[in-house]
Amino acid sequence: MPVDQSALDAVALSREEYDLLVERLGREPNEVELGMFGSLWSEHCGYKNSKPLLRLLPSEGERVLTRAGAENAGALDIGDGLCVVLKIESHNHPSAIEPYQGAATGVGGIVRDIFAMGAYPRAILDSLRFGPPSDPQSRYLFEGVVAGIGGYGNCLGIPTVGGETFFSEGYRGIPLVNAMCVGIARADRLVSARAEGPGNVLLLVGADTGRDGIHGASGLASRTDPEARFEEMRPAVQVGNPFLEKLLMEACCELAAEHRDWIVGMQDLGAAGLTSSVVECCARAGTGAVLDLERVPRREAGMTPYEVMLSESQERMLVIAKREHVDDVRELFKRWELHCEPIGEVTAGDEVVVREHGRVVARVPVRIATQPPEYRREGRPDPAILALRDRDLSPLPDLDPARASEMFLALLRRPNIVSKRPVFRQYDHQVLASTIIPPGGDASLIRVPGTNRGLALTTDCNGRFCYLDPYAGAALAVAEAARNIVCTGAWPIAVTDCLNFGNPERPEVYFQLEQAVRGIADACRAFGIPVVSGNVSLYNETEGRAVYPTPVIGMVGLIEDVARHTKVGFPRAGLQVWLAGAPLEQPVESLAGSEYLEMAHGLVAGRPRVDLGAERALLGFLLAAHEQGLLCSAHDCSEGGLAVALAECALLGSAGFAGTATIPGRLDAALFGESGARAVIAAERRDAERLRALASAHGVPLTLLGETVSEPEFRFGPLGAMVEALREAYEAGI
Amino acid sequence: MRFAIIRFPGTWSDRDCQHALRDVLGQEAEIVWHRETSLDGFDAVVLPGGFSYGDYLRAGAIARFSPIMEAVTRFAAAGKPVIGICNGFQILCESGLLPGALIRNDSLQFRCEWVWLRREGRPTPWTAAIPEGAVLRMPISHGEGNYQADEATLDLLEREGRVVFRYCDAEGNVTPAANPNGSAHNIAGIVNEQGNVLGMMPHPERAAEPLLGGDDGNLLWHSILSAALDTVA
Repeated sequence: MPVDQSALDAVALSREEYDLLVERLGREPNEVELGMFGSLWSEHCGYKNSKPLLRLLPSEGERVLTRAGAENAGALDIGDGLCVVLKIESHNHPSAIEPYQGAATGVGGIVRDIFAMGAYPRAILDSLRFGPPSDPQSRYLFEGVVAGIGGYGNCLGIPTVGGETFFSEGYRGIPLVNAMCVGIARADRLVSARAEGPGNVLLLVGADTGRDGIHGASGLASRTDPEARFEEMRPAVQVGNPFLEKLLMEACCELAAEHRDWIVGMQDLGAAGLTSSVVECCARAGTGAVLDLERVPRREAGMTPYEVMLSESQERMLVIAKREHVDDVRELFKRWELHCEPIGEVTAGDEVVVREHGRVVARVPVRIATQPPEYRREGRPDPAILALRDRDLSPLPDLDPARASEMFLALLRRPNIVSKRPVFRQYDHQVLASTIIPPGGDASLIRVPGTNRGLALTTDCNGRFCYLDPYAGAALAVAEAARNIVCTGAWPIAVTDCLNFGNPERPEVYFQLEQAVRGIADACRAFGIPVVSGNVSLYNETEGRAVYPTPVIGMVGLIEDVARHTKVGFPRAGLQVWLAGAPLEQPVESLAGSEYLEMAHGLVAGRPRVDLGAERALLGFLLAAHEQGLLCSAHDCSEGGLAVALAECALLGSAGFAGTATIPGRLDAALFGESGARAVIAAERRDAERLRALASAHGVPLTLLGETVSEPEFRFGPLGAMVEALREAYEAGI
Repeated sequence: MRFAIIRFPGTWSDRDCQHALRDVLGQEAEIVWHRETSLDGFDAVVLPGGFSYGDYLRAGAIARFSPIMEAVTRFAAAGKPVIGICNGFQILCESGLLPGALIRNDSLQFRCEWVWLRREGRPTPWTAAIPEGAVLRMPISHGEGNYQADEATLDLLEREGRVVFRYCDAEGNVTPAANPNGSAHNIAGIVNEQGNVLGMMPHPERAAEPLLGGDDGNLLWHSILSAALDTVA
């Protein structure tokens, strides 16, 4: 009997996909099986639209310990037998519906991905996008998301050390909530998400299983327009319990660190719950499993096998224990006051067999379940966006010098530039006693306990750039992240990416996705940085309007001597201030996609350019200058351009700035243009010649801009203000 | 000196306290699970920060019933030094070892930032190495740090010099603007009648190394170490 359309809609499978499934299975799936296949073949779990593109990303490097996509997160050797584990993930759709819980459980999910590897989570970063804060709905989402991240992360005792908050029309009604987590493990204690060894026992640990979150993966995250289905979908958003997660985290980390030999694998239960965790662990190991559902602890009576298999109840882990150590593992979890129940075992077959009271309710061949169809689509740019991109900016009137200071202060108050202190002071960014550079600068810096090393962490992406030119925008996101890392004195070692796009079935969106992935791939190759983990979030649309294409780049850098780091702020008066990477004079095209262009001319237009050679040269120069001890401060130029970068150096430091350079060419482009490959550095006067020689050896333009002064003043070309006036604007709040 | 750092389910400053005491200051510092019932052999007790039991009821309201709290109460009654930091302060108030209560910040938001504190009040073993009027810089990190008590209690605390830390500005002025959470009288830390039990919202263990932003917090630990030496002498 043919399955009816509503049953397929419930699991977001197309008729063609269903027919393919029947063909591969050689029979019709039953209801439970259909739910399981639908979830595993969803974009969210199966990456059917993005997998072919993701293969373009470079994922190898000498430090890399994991194969891309093969584990919960990527791991890299950082010396001394330690490794860093990192991943970024989206929780966009749930956050659009229920911002507090959506964001909170987003944090919970990414943290589980890290400790599932046996790594202790050491830092969280959040990359957030909302509509304009003047829009009440956008503000509601913004405030709810920030509170949710704090509410969950603060309770866990993991510092939230960085991220971004960006506002634009491109995100109205379609917020993006991406959370990144970074952990540290001993390399010989890393845990794999593999169900190895027939006879080993599957233990379900943590929360009881309830009816929450059913169809989160297939229904919520793999379709457009959650807003239109608000009330209907709200029960698909899970509710977080950070206290339980804290216990789960401590117990799993203790298990990995001290009793690694008791277990063969660990896996968190995320999207598609028990279904995906069991099937994926079996797929990685080439095994099967048998599950006895009556042994799954429930929150309520009367749950069907379908509900148990697809529940997305939070704070649950699957631990695959060696048969002879099951009691030891259960005892450890009991000490942490956690439930731990054997629910099945690994088998030699290639099927996951689900039983309830001995009766088989589903038989799922692992290979079929984990090999959804892949779609290579034809992309085509949107002519309306191309027109914006190709718009000639040269007829725009230049900035009037008499109004320059006023415009400058207005720019500092813009929600995308203003200090994000109102956000990050709601997050505990210091717990674990390792935060050396707190949020508010470029990258944040944490130390690796027990060593002199440090990790620099950042997330970056300018959605306006990506909207105008997804290739250049994505490459610039990688470049900006790398600049931020290098400005601390660290060298970038890994990327984790979160690709947030609209409906890939639309050619304009597929074009953006494909171009962005190519941009990331080219930039990462140019800098020699592998992409070790990531996440794809598609169908971010409302009322037929796609979100700004937003490939968020999470990046980790390594610094050997963490005490010798560089910060953004000018540390004292009497230093020379230089612009490195590009000449002071900038063409009008550098205003493309800039904050200034939107503020002064109401335009999101122009073509952002990326010069990977210039970016790479700048990175090499900055690192060499750092190593030779020539840098007293370093800050890259991004939103707001050179003028805002200089202002931030003064605001985050302890000196004013007196410009001496005359500004050639267009004022607006030189002051507020946002072309890449630029950084502001401060250095001792006596080091000027060494700095010049080093810059010339790296082929990096270097221009003396002025010097730091003890007077609390800021002067640069036509710009003049007291630092206090800048501060008042910069700290005006969102 | 040998410190017991109590770990409740949900505690998270335990390792930071251990790091400050053991790795920075070279003391013995052991983490003690909340189900233990004895504190024999310890010279001082630290109730660290965190979200014990998730703080789902009132902060500290469930932790006070943990088995170890009876031992902490005996330890305090014997005049030995006890410090409650952040969630630890909340637990001390809930268990009656200190008066008053910590309610939600007046901003209704969590606050994580560096604040200034003025050392005031009478001499105590926890503040012996800090001159009166000295201004210290330490981080806070809490959503419920707004200290409140009835007028009579506040009067008593002030009269007996039991307010030992007050939020102030960098110059030491106690102003409403310098109060990060709405606490009555800008109170950041108080001691019990005997002076051996200190509760404070700011985190001295987060101010233990210049690399992490400052080391004023070590003055508290130096105080208790010197007080212990005096006792021995």
